[in-house]
Amino acid sequence: MAFLELKNVSKSFGGLSVLKDINLSIEKGEFVAIVGYSGAGKTTLISMIAGLLRPDSGNVTLNDLEITAPGPDRGIVFQNYSLLPWLSVYENILLAVDQCFPNWSAAKKTEHVEKYIAMVNLTPARDKKPRELSGGMRQRVSVARALAMDPQILLLDEPLSALDALTRATLQDEVSRIWEQNHKTVVMITNDPDEGIYLADRIIPLTAGPGATLGPSLKIEIPRPRDRKAINHDPHFKELRKRVIEFMLDSKGHRHAAIAKKLVLPEIEPEDLSIPHTFVNRRRVPLRRGEIKRETVEVDS
Amino acid sequence: MNQSALKKIDWLLLPMIGVAVVVILWAISSATWAKELPSPLKTWQTSKSYILEPFAKRGEMDQGILRFTWYSLILVAKGYALALIIGTPIGFFLGLSKPFAKTFDPIIQVLRPVSPLAWLPLGLVLFLSAGKNASELGALFTIAICAMWPTVLNTAVGVRAIPQDYLNVAKVLKLSRTKTLFKVLIPATLPYMFTGFRLSLGIAWLVIVAAEMLTGRPGVGGFLWQEYNALIYEHIILCIVTIGVVGFVLDRLMSLVERRFKTA
Repeated sequence: MAFLELKNVSKSFGGLSVLKDINLSIEKGEFVAIVGYSGAGKTTLISMIAGLLRPDSGNVTLNDLEITAPGPDRGIVFQNYSLLPWLSVYENILLAVDQCFPNWSAAKKTEHVEKYIAMVNLTPARDKKPRELSGGMRQRVSVARALAMDPQILLLDEPLSALDALTRATLQDEVSRIWEQNHKTVVMITNDPDEGIYLADRIIPLTAGPGATLGPSLKIEIPRPRDRKAINHDPHFKELRKRVIEFMLDSKGHRHAAIAKKLVLPEIEPEDLSIPHTFVNRRRVPLRRGEIKRETVEVDS
Repeated sequence: MNQSALKKIDWLLLPMIGVAVVVILWAISSATWAKELPSPLKTWQTSKSYILEPFAKRGEMDQGILRFTWYSLILVAKGYALALIIGTPIGFFLGLSKPFAKTFDPIIQVLRPVSPLAWLPLGLVLFLSAGKNASELGALFTIAICAMWPTVLNTAVGVRAIPQDYLNVAKVLKLSRTKTLFKVLIPATLPYMFTGFRLSLGIAWLVIVAAEMLTGRPGVGGFLWQEYNALIYEHIILCIVTIGVVGFVLDRLMSLVERRFKTA
């Protein structure tokens, strides 16, 4: 029996289908990356696993229990960090620890929080406010907060996509190192196939939206620890990368045709430049069709 | 001339030029078209004793100007506190609950522009049975009801502007309602709340003068009205200047507090 399971999950917003027939099963201790275009519904997918959204049809189960609401058993790292700006690094993590382990003594909580701050190498920034930290540091706080909750599963929603390339690489190594320490079940959403292949056990492409669905699941059989430089020459890496990208491009190709049919004309009525513009005889300025209040109908007598 | 000296001119000399221009216009006006308007010099001579002995008490309505200011400030403080205590929770409810907002927003929009001069008689009537305290309670009622609107509206806007991210954090952590309120909602709304508090303080100070004028309580406004009736016009100007300076100082103090609470 799979640890996390999504069965025929669909979700639409305002009549527009975002995700369709999502089937996914993840074993305990597995690191799965889901890669897709921005706007394809990746965040919607992870929000449903987190319980922030409910699927329209199908169900999401963790340990055979249906997920109906968010909870601290699923640690989530949001794309935009979601740290509370009025709390320091320590307080942000403590808020989570307080909530997950209410029976611990204050000393034990402090020790626990500090352990995770150290794990993401932020001990010197312990008492800083989020606005005093760089994007990469903020995201590390967010990771530490999620891990400190000791969740059954860690959900990473494009955690590194707002960062510059160098910081991103450093944090990828850090995520990889932390994962090797505790082997938590991880679902990571990303828009970068390389990142997914470098970090995960399995990579699944998501087709382009609307109505996105998961593509074939590709097993990544590159031994750990992986070497960032060597991996680029690994034939298996190249092959996976090619398959993921090709699959995504193909799905996008189909999409283009579908979208072209839905093209809506702009509602601006342009200015007629052929009429000379003089002080007396003013040319009509461009206007929105929606703002036209009077319509003139000319009838031949 | 170096840079810092130039800066000093900017914020010290230029405002003084502004004051001088107004005083000169005042002097010209009192000498030409407004014969009843006391000249600046005369105003100073007549008001001197009130300014130089600011805490003197010669009689109920004949006290140093700071003593009057002190009475006014105490009344404002009480009414303002009342406005915040009532206004902040109303603002929170308006921001949190759509049905609540739909129910009460129209009536708030109708009551908000009503002048303090209109509320005061109602306040006096409400507390008629309080006898001796009727004027104080009526004034408090007026200050509270006029000053609370900016707090109510700004708090409501602040609550609605809380980023979904923060609420998601609260949901994922399964924070209880009270914990969400104190750990997320209130801190996230504080900057907006303080903008409201500052605007409310400005209004409270506006209202106090009107309230004192109508009730005849000792204070800057009461003194102003009494001196108008006693035909000592110099003291009207003294009161206007005092009210303005105090209002300015209050606003500055509040903006310092406000800046302290600006997050991110």
